Amino acid sequence: MPWRRWAEIALLAGPGVVVFVTFVIVPVLMAGYYGFFDWSGYGIPTEFVGLRNYELILTDNAFLEAMWHNGFILVMSLILQGPAAIGIALLLNRKMRGRDLIRVLIFVPYVISEVIVAIGFSLMLHPTGAVNDVLDRIGLGGLAMDWLADPDVAIWSLMLILVWKYIGFAVILMLAGLQGIPDELREAAAIDGASYWRTQWHITLPLLGPTIRIWAFLSIIGSLQVFDLVYVIWGQYVADIAGTSTMATYMVANGRISGEYGYGSAVAVVIFLISLVIALVYQRYVLRRDTEGALTEGVA
Amino acid sequence: MSTAVASRTRGDDHPAVSGRGSLAAYLVAFALVGLCLAPAVYIILGGFRTNSQIIRSPAGLPDPWEIGNYIGVLTGEVFWQQLANSVIAAVGTTVGVVVLGLMASFVIARYPFKAKHLMYSLFAAGLMFPVTVAITPLYIMVRDLGLTDTLAGVILPQIAFAMPTTVIILVPFLRAIPKELEEAALIDGASRLGFFVRMVVPLSLPGVTTVGILAFVASWNSYLLPLFLLSDNDLYTLPLGVQAFATQYSVDTARVLAFVSLSMIPALVFFSIFQRRIISGLTGAVKG
Repeated sequence: MPWRRWAEIALLAGPGVVVFVTFVIVPVLMAGYYGFFDWSGYGIPTEFVGLRNYELILTDNAFLEAMWHNGFILVMSLILQGPAAIGIALLLNRKMRGRDLIRVLIFVPYVISEVIVAIGFSLMLHPTGAVNDVLDRIGLGGLAMDWLADPDVAIWSLMLILVWKYIGFAVILMLAGLQGIPDELREAAAIDGASYWRTQWHITLPLLGPTIRIWAFLSIIGSLQVFDLVYVIWGQYVADIAGTSTMATYMVANGRISGEYGYGSAVAVVIFLISLVIALVYQRYVLRRDTEGALTEGVA
Repeated sequence: MSTAVASRTRGDDHPAVSGRGSLAAYLVAFALVGLCLAPAVYIILGGFRTNSQIIRSPAGLPDPWEIGNYIGVLTGEVFWQQLANSVIAAVGTTVGVVVLGLMASFVIARYPFKAKHLMYSLFAAGLMFPVTVAITPLYIMVRDLGLTDTLAGVILPQIAFAMPTTVIILVPFLRAIPKELEEAALIDGASRLGFFVRMVVPLSLPGVTTVGILAFVASWNSYLLPLFLLSDNDLYTLPLGVQAFATQYSVDTARVLAFVSLSMIPALVFFSIFQRRIISGLTGAVKG
């Protein structure tokens, strides 16, 4: 290849590669390196501690609880959002007046930043906030509670907010998946005498499989990263007490905030490895059935 | 993006439902939309109330309507400063992602050389590293480059983290430009670079718009990265500013609600203008 061609390649791809490597690849590799040190973030890390950071993380109850919360969020997100999103998508896939507008409106929560969502909900869910007020007015005052501070309730409140924010995305994905299913299949089933629900169960749902599996993958990865909402509503220390801390809030509190950059990096590595193992297992056993899809190709 | 096209062409030929089923469908849809919008409505209306109204009846309507909170926020400097910072960060990120992403994708899509598969895999691998995982060393990196407390220190990492999606969306797009077009341009005396500027850039506009909008929205809502990299109040973007404002005026709920709703409005306006592209872009990015 002539030198000129190489110069073009360097000129065009160079800047993007440099920025990407500097701010994504190198920091990720450095996290692996810093994780072996006891380091306050200044100068070159010198105090090599081997796997001690990892030992501390995996024996710290605060981390194990945070991990448990992530696991809870992961499972409940799938259980609460999946069936609801499929149901709503089936509903909106019919010909109905204002369908486009409805689709846009249920997507609004997804576009609002998590910080705004967090502040809005923390005001509404306050013991003297709007939610308890509404419950009172419709005669359900007995259900009023301290949604954010009560450790038995707080994580469910977090789930409620997460579902509110992210179900629109799930619905939109399912709708896109539904549109790819030829009507002829459903019509054929209807002609053969299958009821609406039987048709959905035996024809639509299996064909929607690839979409559901991709959505679940995104939801799982997202559940392992939850940070903004918890950090803004509870802050790290309250989150510990209220039982809503996540691995990411643990990382920030015990890394950056306490000036332990080696330890914080080790927590990042743990989060990454957990995500990686789950992603690989998921790809190996679930996504492998779908041969197509940019995401599966991209990651594998 | 193929899905978006599919949805538009197929959208209308679904069987209509009639009678009870349809009424139930409308009721469910109506309730759903109500639930989705209620918190936003609560925030916007709350800004029009006074604190004593909010205390007396937390879920009530403004009575009388009070515009003082909004006026107060709009005539102060803090909101405008943070709005400007958010705009700079979002525009800088968007332009950077589009320019760097388009150039890199062009090389991967249309230059025949061995390392391009490696380059594509490198970018694609970035999908596995969310900001959360890299943030601690990223902070060190940005600090050592002397970029903490600058908007550039936020913009550059945001560009970097948007590259994987961008490359994955744009490469197939650029590959689809017919080879004949390139040959014709070369015969007409254009260089490969000339072909890039004059043909590829205009032809890839739809893909570029999608990528740009996604990067803009992500930057607009970004919280963790600025939280680590910006400690100077004057550089706060809206998410950081909203949080700081809510802490500072925690007893003045009405004022906080006015501030929050004003900072929500730009994103909602942006979304209502580009909703088709945002939705098709997000579903397209996922489904390939």
